[in-house]
Amino acid sequence: MMQTYGRFFRHARALLCAAAVMVPMAGHSVAQAETLRAVMQSGLRVMDPVLSTAFLTRNHGYMIYDTLLGVDSDFKVQPQMASWTVSEDGKLYTFTLRDGLKWHDGEPVTAEDAVVSLKRWAEVDTTGQALMTMVEGIDAVDDKSFEIKLSQPTTLVLSGLSKLSSRPAFIMPKRIAETPSSEPITEFVGSGPFKFVEAEFQPGISVVYEKNEDYVPRDEPSSWTAGGKVVNVDRVEWVTMPDQMTAINALQNGEVDFIQEVPFDLLPLVEAADGIKAEVMDELGAWTYFRMNHLYPPFDNKLVRQAAMAAVGQEDVLKLLVGNPDFYQTCGAVMGCGNPNGDEYGAEWVVNSDIERAQSLLKEAGYDGTPVVLLQPTDIAMLAAQPIVLGDALRKAGFTVEMKTMDWQTVVTQQGNQNAPSEGGWNIFSTYSILATSGDPFGNTTLSTAGRSSWAGWPDVPEIEALRLDYARAATPEEQKEIAVKIQKLAIDEGVVGPLGQFRIPAAYSTEWTGFPKAPVTLFWNVQKTAE
Amino acid sequence: MMKTIQNPAVGELPPVGAGIDRKNSTFNQLLLSLKSIPVLVALVVLVTVVVLAAFAPVLGTVDPIAINPGGRFSPISEAYWLGSDAYGRDLYSRLLYGARISLIVGLGAAAASIAAGLVIGVVAGYLKVLDAIIMRVMDGVMAIPSILLAIALVSLTGASLVTVLVAITVPEIPRVVRLVRSIILNVRSEAYVEAAVSLGTPTLRILTRHMVPNTIAPLIVQGTFIFASAILTEATLSFLGAGLPTEIPSWGNMMADGRMYFQLYPGLVLYPGIVLALTLLSVNILGDVLRDVLDPKMAKRT
Amino acid sequence: MFPYVIKRVLATIPVMTMVAVVVFAMLRLTPGDPAAILAGDDASGAQLEQIRRTMGLDQPILTQLFVWLKQLLQGDLGVSLISGTPVVSMIGSRVAPTISLALATIVLTIIVAVPMGVVAARRPGKLLDRTVMTFSVMGFSIPTFVIGYLLIYLLSLKLGWFPVQGYSPIEKGIGPFLHRLVLPTIALSGIYVALVARITRSSVIDVMGEDYIRTARAKGARESTVLLRHALRNAAVPIVTVIGIGVASLITGVVVTESVFNLPGLGRLVVEAVLARDYPVIQGLILLFSFTYVLINLTVDILYTVFDPRIRY
Repeated sequence: MMQTYGRFFRHARALLCAAAVMVPMAGHSVAQAETLRAVMQSGLRVMDPVLSTAFLTRNHGYMIYDTLLGVDSDFKVQPQMASWTVSEDGKLYTFTLRDGLKWHDGEPVTAEDAVVSLKRWAEVDTTGQALMTMVEGIDAVDDKSFEIKLSQPTTLVLSGLSKLSSRPAFIMPKRIAETPSSEPITEFVGSGPFKFVEAEFQPGISVVYEKNEDYVPRDEPSSWTAGGKVVNVDRVEWVTMPDQMTAINALQNGEVDFIQEVPFDLLPLVEAADGIKAEVMDELGAWTYFRMNHLYPPFDNKLVRQAAMAAVGQEDVLKLLVGNPDFYQTCGAVMGCGNPNGDEYGAEWVVNSDIERAQSLLKEAGYDGTPVVLLQPTDIAMLAAQPIVLGDALRKAGFTVEMKTMDWQTVVTQQGNQNAPSEGGWNIFSTYSILATSGDPFGNTTLSTAGRSSWAGWPDVPEIEALRLDYARAATPEEQKEIAVKIQKLAIDEGVVGPLGQFRIPAAYSTEWTGFPKAPVTLFWNVQKTAE
Repeated sequence: MMKTIQNPAVGELPPVGAGIDRKNSTFNQLLLSLKSIPVLVALVVLVTVVVLAAFAPVLGTVDPIAINPGGRFSPISEAYWLGSDAYGRDLYSRLLYGARISLIVGLGAAAASIAAGLVIGVVAGYLKVLDAIIMRVMDGVMAIPSILLAIALVSLTGASLVTVLVAITVPEIPRVVRLVRSIILNVRSEAYVEAAVSLGTPTLRILTRHMVPNTIAPLIVQGTFIFASAILTEATLSFLGAGLPTEIPSWGNMMADGRMYFQLYPGLVLYPGIVLALTLLSVNILGDVLRDVLDPKMAKRT
Repeated sequence: MFPYVIKRVLATIPVMTMVAVVVFAMLRLTPGDPAAILAGDDASGAQLEQIRRTMGLDQPILTQLFVWLKQLLQGDLGVSLISGTPVVSMIGSRVAPTISLALATIVLTIIVAVPMGVVAARRPGKLLDRTVMTFSVMGFSIPTFVIGYLLIYLLSLKLGWFPVQGYSPIEKGIGPFLHRLVLPTIALSGIYVALVARITRSSVIDVMGEDYIRTARAKGARESTVLLRHALRNAAVPIVTVIGIGVASLITGVVVTESVFNLPGLGRLVVEAVLARDYPVIQGLILLFSFTYVLINLTVDILYTVFDPRIRY
């Protein structure tokens, strides 16, 4: 019986294949080219990496644009498009573009392009905005070089221009960079190692890049966003798969070559299959945390915030979120364990669940049972466990908890709502960020504490704001670390942010490929077919 | 081509004054059908599910929403009678408590959409004046996908059982209306109805006596379908993040939650799936029995 | 007949206007902000404010509605708020996979379900009937995604007969096109086969009791002739109704199927657009859906007159 079916289907398949051969393929020559097919975490829809902080938009940025400076795996700033010199007093930076830089339309990259791009970026980026308060002028000197004049020395010039993630200071042609920073750009011409193939772009579904044959990589070995970006493939195709199991199955079946993020619980499937392997690309990983709304009761009271932080146990979150201890670690540092600025003040009660302490803090604060509105996104696997553990722990500590379930996009828009929780606002939500950009008080958005004008949660802690400015002016890493330690203590004591632990998300790929860059952002240079 | 088709119903009148007799024979028939083994089994399954749902708290269950980070994906054991899910929650307890929610979703959606659809459909089918308007409005309602409705409702009022019920019921109504209307249109042209009209029988009486009984059989079939599809739509909404909060167990969101682990821990999907399939199968068998018994044409023949 | 069709087509205009306005209002009343989705979750309040102004979302709802309706009258559906792509081309690039899937599903459903229902109806209550009905109930007791996973696991991963996922445009060859369509079609058909088989069975059983069937039998017509020519034709009205209903409700099933098998169709576009509050795209899609529904319902109503001469318009 089985055999008959088998034969039937083999016949059917042979017929179908024959039919496929007889019909001429569209774009035949392209099909011959070396193509890497990658499943990305979400679909690309926003194309402007300056307007949007979405990770996928940032990754897209690294494909088609280049940055003036790069950062290597030792957190050292390195030249990328440009090299720099700095004056004795630290108030004048001169950048010189390297030779051979060309836009995808063939025009040369000029200093004017860079100046306009930096200005657009600095209007919206947190580091950029902080930097601009100290900048007296950004001006082109000639076609190849430009200057940044400062009112005082700051490390933000280099850390800003080399910023790794959300949002990197990508350089665009002047005519595109002149788009107001509140409007998305509509033309996608960069000078990066890949070109965007507009004709094949399907928003939310797939995006195709082809090798930029004119790109001249640097000679230094590649490390994070520094060094040579050598492209060894003809095409990279990004696809989105709404169902993560389908993505794994497609990888098992050889239909795709790379999956950006594998859900931890599905790792056994990857490990069991031949010809594919899982590997963590971002060794630093990510940290997850929760934010409390400082504007409304009960979390307008510092003691209640401390109670919530005491109640939640990181191990509970991480076991549910990650499961496999190889991929997580507990950590009390708001700027990340493993980062130079990471300090673990308060870890003993941030990391562990201490319900008794939480209860006595609540009693001391005179908590009256005001319900706590907890936002729970349902459609993002990496954010599903946190609200469940938070709700469980808060209830145990004596809080009245009201879970508000919604899709993640709604959570994002709710986040910014400064209304009272009873009028559409919220009390707690949780999310995660990558550690590579959370290691300084500017890249780390949770540490902006200027009340209503800072990021969702709106903590008002002037001491931290003052320390952030000190940090920007600090001349040495040692000084910076000293300031960071003070910020850590204040952030924990004031309940600015509740760290929930760190984890590293594995990627998976076909062993027919090798050389995927290990970096906190997903990059596709240096990847090549394995030599047989 | 098929001109041979005649209308055989011409001149035929429905049983007059057969009300009491028919009730009697209906009851007898129901008793009779119990002798059939599949019907008995179906009845047993359904009663069991209802009992399990009703007495869930005393049937060895634990708190169905209590998480246990250390006990994820536990196999079947003394602590976890059916194992545990990705949050270390007890599957057995969730299955029993889930029966409550799923039965409410299924019954609620079926009852509400059939009640609304029957009234609107009869009006549309019988009153020519309103027909066009009602049907165009129904077309409009149908054009709004339940997903859109659900997400809109969830973000307006938060995810809850009522939200999900409304989101599932509203798009079902036009379908019931179309079905009822098509039957009414069909029956209205029957000679016995025309005869009744010409005899001056009150409209309400024509409707309840001649029209509505004809819709019962198809509506039971449709109702069992809505019951099933409501439970499945609820799963789909969970799949898309617009369903019940994942804490609240229902067979639908248990399957949606477990779907990612299908190849590794098939039980997460299979246990609720099997219970669901058995329940729906039983509902359908009993629905068929009711249909056969209630259908005036079938009754007439025996 | 013809004036009736014209009247019905004209009647779509108020229906679609109604739907358009209702959906417009519903979307604007729903919390959620396309600006926040565009800018990402790190954006500041001031940045969002500016983006909203650029998008025209700071205008009163009525103004926004009139602007949109005016565009619409000029045949312009606008551009996506998120990607800036024209709505027409966005929908255009997603239509083919969905239509292919829907048509394949309808065809498969009719080919499988109608004979199943007729066979079952021949001897109600007997073994064959029970078996067919049990199978059909199974069809709508199992969620589409579970059927999908089972098919992928068995037919793609274990046996290697079909690709796991993806869509191949028909222009690139009918072979790969069909090859990739098989599994999604089977997965999606399950529930419709179940529904249509059941309604066919019960309608045919109904009709079998009618006198003309007895007459036909008495005249010595062959059983197959009785079934196909007399019974099925007279049972067609409810069957056509249910198939029409099924087609109209396909979109929910399509969303799941397109997700599981990664088909770049309209179902996924609906979800993406709704989640991202991409108003122009949702509005464009709803217009398309309502037009399609109206068209399907019109077809069904016309088919009534074909199958049942007693119904006239």
